[in-house]
Amino acid sequence: MAQKAIREFDAKSILAKHWDKYFPNFTYAYETVMVQNGTELSKAAKEKKWLKEKALVAKPDMLFGKRGKNGLVLFRDSKPGDVSLAKAASWIDEKSSSNQSVYFSFHGDTPSGDAKVDMLTHFIVEPFTPHSQEEEYYISATCVGDNDVLYMSAEGGMEVEENWDKVIEVSFPITATEEEIEDKIRKNIPKDVAKDDKEAFAEFAIGFFRAYRELNFAYLEINPFVLQGKKVELLDMVAKLDDTAGFMMKDEWGNVDFPTSFGMEEKSPEVLAIEDADSKSGASLKLTILKPEARVWTMVAGGGASVVYADTIADLAGIEDLANYGEYSGGPTTSETKFYAETILDLMTRGKDVKGRDKVLIIGGAIANFTDVAKTFTGIIQAFDNYADKMKEVGIKIYVRRGGPNYEKGLKDIKEAADRLGLYIEVYGPETHVTDIVRMALTK
Amino acid sequence: MAQLFTRDTQAIFWNNNTTAIQRMLDYDYTIKREKPSVAAIVAPTSNSKFDKFFYGPDEIMIPLYRNTTEAKAAQPQADVLLNFASFRTAYEVTMEALEMGGFSSIMVTAEGIPERLARKMNAIARAKNVTVIGPATVGAIAPGAFKIANIGGTIENIVQSKLHRAGSCGLVTRSGGLFNELSNIIAINADGIAEGVAIGGDRFVGSVFIDNLLRMEANPEVKYMLLLGEVGGTEEYKVIEAVKSGQIKKPIIAWCIGTIAKYYDSGVQFGHAGASANGDMETAEAKNKAMKEVGIHVPASFNNLPEIISAVYHELHAEGVIKDIHEPAMNVCPSVRKSKQFICTISDDRGDEAHYCGYPISSVATPDTGFTIGDVMSILWFKKRYPRWAVDFLETVLKTVADHGPAVSGAHNAKVTARAGKDVISSLISGLLTIGPRFGGAIDDAAKYFKYAKDHDMTPNDFLNHMKKEGIPIPGIGHRIKSLKNPDLRVEGLKKYAAANFPSTPLLDYALTVEQLTTSKKENLILNVDGTIGILMVDMWRALGYADEEIDVFINAGALNAFFILGRSIGFIGHILDEKRLGMPMYRHPMDDILYDVKLAENL
Repeated sequence: MAQKAIREFDAKSILAKHWDKYFPNFTYAYETVMVQNGTELSKAAKEKKWLKEKALVAKPDMLFGKRGKNGLVLFRDSKPGDVSLAKAASWIDEKSSSNQSVYFSFHGDTPSGDAKVDMLTHFIVEPFTPHSQEEEYYISATCVGDNDVLYMSAEGGMEVEENWDKVIEVSFPITATEEEIEDKIRKNIPKDVAKDDKEAFAEFAIGFFRAYRELNFAYLEINPFVLQGKKVELLDMVAKLDDTAGFMMKDEWGNVDFPTSFGMEEKSPEVLAIEDADSKSGASLKLTILKPEARVWTMVAGGGASVVYADTIADLAGIEDLANYGEYSGGPTTSETKFYAETILDLMTRGKDVKGRDKVLIIGGAIANFTDVAKTFTGIIQAFDNYADKMKEVGIKIYVRRGGPNYEKGLKDIKEAADRLGLYIEVYGPETHVTDIVRMALTK
Repeated sequence: MAQLFTRDTQAIFWNNNTTAIQRMLDYDYTIKREKPSVAAIVAPTSNSKFDKFFYGPDEIMIPLYRNTTEAKAAQPQADVLLNFASFRTAYEVTMEALEMGGFSSIMVTAEGIPERLARKMNAIARAKNVTVIGPATVGAIAPGAFKIANIGGTIENIVQSKLHRAGSCGLVTRSGGLFNELSNIIAINADGIAEGVAIGGDRFVGSVFIDNLLRMEANPEVKYMLLLGEVGGTEEYKVIEAVKSGQIKKPIIAWCIGTIAKYYDSGVQFGHAGASANGDMETAEAKNKAMKEVGIHVPASFNNLPEIISAVYHELHAEGVIKDIHEPAMNVCPSVRKSKQFICTISDDRGDEAHYCGYPISSVATPDTGFTIGDVMSILWFKKRYPRWAVDFLETVLKTVADHGPAVSGAHNAKVTARAGKDVISSLISGLLTIGPRFGGAIDDAAKYFKYAKDHDMTPNDFLNHMKKEGIPIPGIGHRIKSLKNPDLRVEGLKKYAAANFPSTPLLDYALTVEQLTTSKKENLILNVDGTIGILMVDMWRALGYADEEIDVFINAGALNAFFILGRSIGFIGHILDEKRLGMPMYRHPMDDILYDVKLAENL
C-alpha cells in the first residue's frame, strides 16, 4: 500500500526540518518530544529545558485521533495548564502500564462502534499553549480523485467535523502552477478568519500546501494550528506519506517510522519475514494471516488471481475457513518460492483441524504471463520435501491449478513429488477454470 | 483513434528486456507481420549498435540507441513507447517522450512510481492526447496486429487463447494475470478478443476503464466488452454513467473482484495497490450491484463468468452481429533455434545466384548492366549504389593511387619478396604490410583531423596551433618536391574533377585556406594527394547525405585506407609480375650500404 500513516511527532519533525523553506516568515518553536515511558521523558528534560520550565501537554502518538474525546490528552492536573514534568511522566507511566480502550468514532461526545483495546506505547509531549478558541484554525490537504484538495476553516479544534459546512475546499489539478495555486488559495481564505490574520493565514496555507506537495505527503492535517502574529503553534497533526516516493525523499523525510495502527495485531514473525523477503526481491511476496487455526490455506500466484481465490473461498465456504491471504508474483526465484511455501506449510502444520477434517492447501494461479511455472513449483516441491511428514500428520489435501510458461513441466513435477512423498494432490492446468479447484476442494 | 494498434504499429522498447522483446517477435512471426513490432531498443548503458533476435527460424537485428531521442530520430514511424524503466526512472522516461512528441501511446510497466509523479505523467499525457497504459501493467494487445511485451504469455498460450487473430470481445482488466486468464476463458466460451488492455494495478493509472471502453465502443471490430474491475476506486461508476447516457451501447459483461474485502478491516490489503475501498460505494458488491442495475451483464460470481460470456456471445452470433471467423494461416515458431555466430549484411549466396547487396551478380557484371567496378565497390563497401559522379570519383581515386614507382617501401618489399622466389600472394602481402601510419595512412588522418577542425569551427591558424600542441605534423600537408609553383598534377586532377562534379566541397575549400597559410611558411607545405583524397571523400559522403556520426564510423573503420590498399594492390601486383617476368635473382643488399655499429661482447 502506497499511503502510510506516520506519527504526529514525525510529521512535525518533517515540517520543522523544512520550516524555513515553506514558512520563511513564520516561527515555529518545534518544542516536542516523543517518549515511550516516564523515565524517557525525565531523561529528555536534561537536554530540552522547556520540559522543566513550561506547563506540558501529553497524549498518545499512535496514529489514532479523537484523543481528547477518549480522555487521553493530559493538559490539567488541578486546573488547565498546570501539568508539570513529573505529572506528565507519571501519567504516561500509568497509561502505558495496562491495556486501554479507544473509540475511533463518536456521536457528539458519545462513543459509537466497538472500542479497540491495546497497549499505549508512544506519547508525544509538548508545552501547553494558552490560546483562545478564536485563534484555532484548521487546515488539511489530500488527494481526491485526480486532484489535490486543500481544506481550510476558521473553526479548528475538536469540533471541526461537526462544523464541516464551514470548511472551504479548494481543488487543484496536478498540473496547476505555483502561481495558479497561490492565486486560488488567496481568493478562498475562509470568511471567518480574523481580519488581521487573513494575510498570514493565506501565506501559511500557501506554504502548507506546497510542503504537502513537495514532501510527498498523501495526507496532511493540522487541527488546530494557532496563529499569534508571526508565531505558529501546531497543536495537533495527522499525516500520511506516499511511501513509493521514499527513494527520492530519503533526506527530506529523515528516519521516519511506519507503525502499525493501535489495536492492530502485531505482525507475526512469519509475516515480518515475508515482508523482509519481499523488500529484498524484485518479485512480489505478500502474506496476511487472517485466522491461523482455519482449515483452508492459499498459496496463489498473482495480485488479481489471489483476490479471486479469496472471493471464491468466502463464497463457497465462508471466511471462517480461510486462514490466510497472500500472493507471489513477478517471477520469484526458486529459493524465494521455497521460503514462501515453507512459511505457509509451517503455519499450516502447527495443529490439526479442530473438527478433525483434512486441511486444504490451494496452490492456485491464473495463466502466467512471464513467471516460469516449473521454476516456482520447484521451490514449492523443495518445501514439500521438508514438510511432508508434518503435512501427513496434520492431514492436508493439495489442489493445484496453474498455467503459463513451462506449466506442463511444473504440473508434472509437483504431481510426481506429491505422489513420491505420499501426499494427497489433484493437479489441473489452464483447461480447468481458474477457481474450479476451490469448488472441488470444498465440496468434497 | 478507434484502434489502439494496427499491423503496422511499431514500438521503441526502453530497456533491452530481451525475453519480452523476443516474445513480441515470436508473435510477429506467428501472425506473419511484415515488419517487426519493435523498431528500436533504448539501452542507456550499452555500447552495441544492435542486438540479435529470432524471427521465426532466422535472426534479425534490432538497432540499439543510448536514449529515446536518438531512437525516435532514427525510427520516427515508431509511435509506441514501451517504457520498461524501473520505478525510479519510469517517470522521466515517459516525460521525455511526451515532450518529444510523436508517440500515440506509452506503456509503463514499473510498479510503485511515486503517486504525484504518476498523476502528473498521466495528466500531461491526457492533455497531449497520448494513451498511457499502466503503470504497473503487463500491457495490451490487438490480436493479429500488435502485442506488448509479455502479455498473453508464451506463444503456445497465445495460440491456445486465440490471441493470434482478432475475435469480437473488447477486454479491459486491472490485473495482468487475470487478463491472460480471461483471454483463455473468452477463447473457450466465445471467439476470442478484438482488443485488450490491462490498465495496471497502481492507484493512479493513465488510461482508465472508461477511456478504453469508449475507444472499443468506436471500434467496429469490437462487438461486446468485458470489464474486470476491482474493489476500490470509483472508475466503474464512470462506465455506469456512460451506459446510462447511451454513450456506450455495445453489451458489457462486468465483474468486480474483491468481494471478500468486506469481511476484513481496511488493514488487509487485497491484491493491487489500487484495491482498497474507501467507503461503501467503492466495495466490489456495491459496484457489481450498480453495474447490474444499468443492464450490464454481471454474473453471480467470478466462477459464473464463463457461462455469461458464452450466453452473450451466442446471442450476438445468432443475431448476426458476430460472424464466424475464418481462422487465418499462421507461421509456427520452431521450438529449437540456434543463434548465429556470424552476421552478413552485404551479400548472400543462398538461392540460385549470389547477390551483391540485393543485386544478382549477373545484373552487375557485364558492361551492358551499366555497373562499373566503382558501382560494385559502393554497394559492397557502403551498401548502396552511389550516383555516377561519386562512383567516378571512387574510380578516380583507385586509379590515382594505383602505383607510385618501385622505390616506395611497399613496392620495394613486394619486389624483394618476389625475387626471393615467393608466390604472388606472399609478395603482395609483404608489400601491403608496409601500409600504415607512415605509408598511405595520411588519407585516414587527413580526413579525420581536417574534419575535426572544420566541425569545431577552427580558423586555419587555430588548426595549426592545435596540431602543434598535439605534436603531430598536419596529415595530408607537405610534399617532398612539389610546391604551389610546381603543383602535383594528380592533386590538380582531383580538384578539377571535384569542382566540376561534386555538389559542393566545403572541407576541400577549408583545406585550401589551411594550405594558403602553410605554404606561406614553407613552399612545399601543399595539400598533397593523400590529403586531397581523404578530404574529398568526406565531402562526397556529406553530399550523399550521411550524418556526421556515420562518416566518423567510416573513417574509424579505416574505409579510406581501404581505397589506398585496393588501389595500390594493382601496382604491387604489377611489380610482382614484373619481377617474375624478368626472372631477377634473390636480392641481397650491398654490405657497403649498411653502417655497422656493433661492439664485441665484453665477457667472451
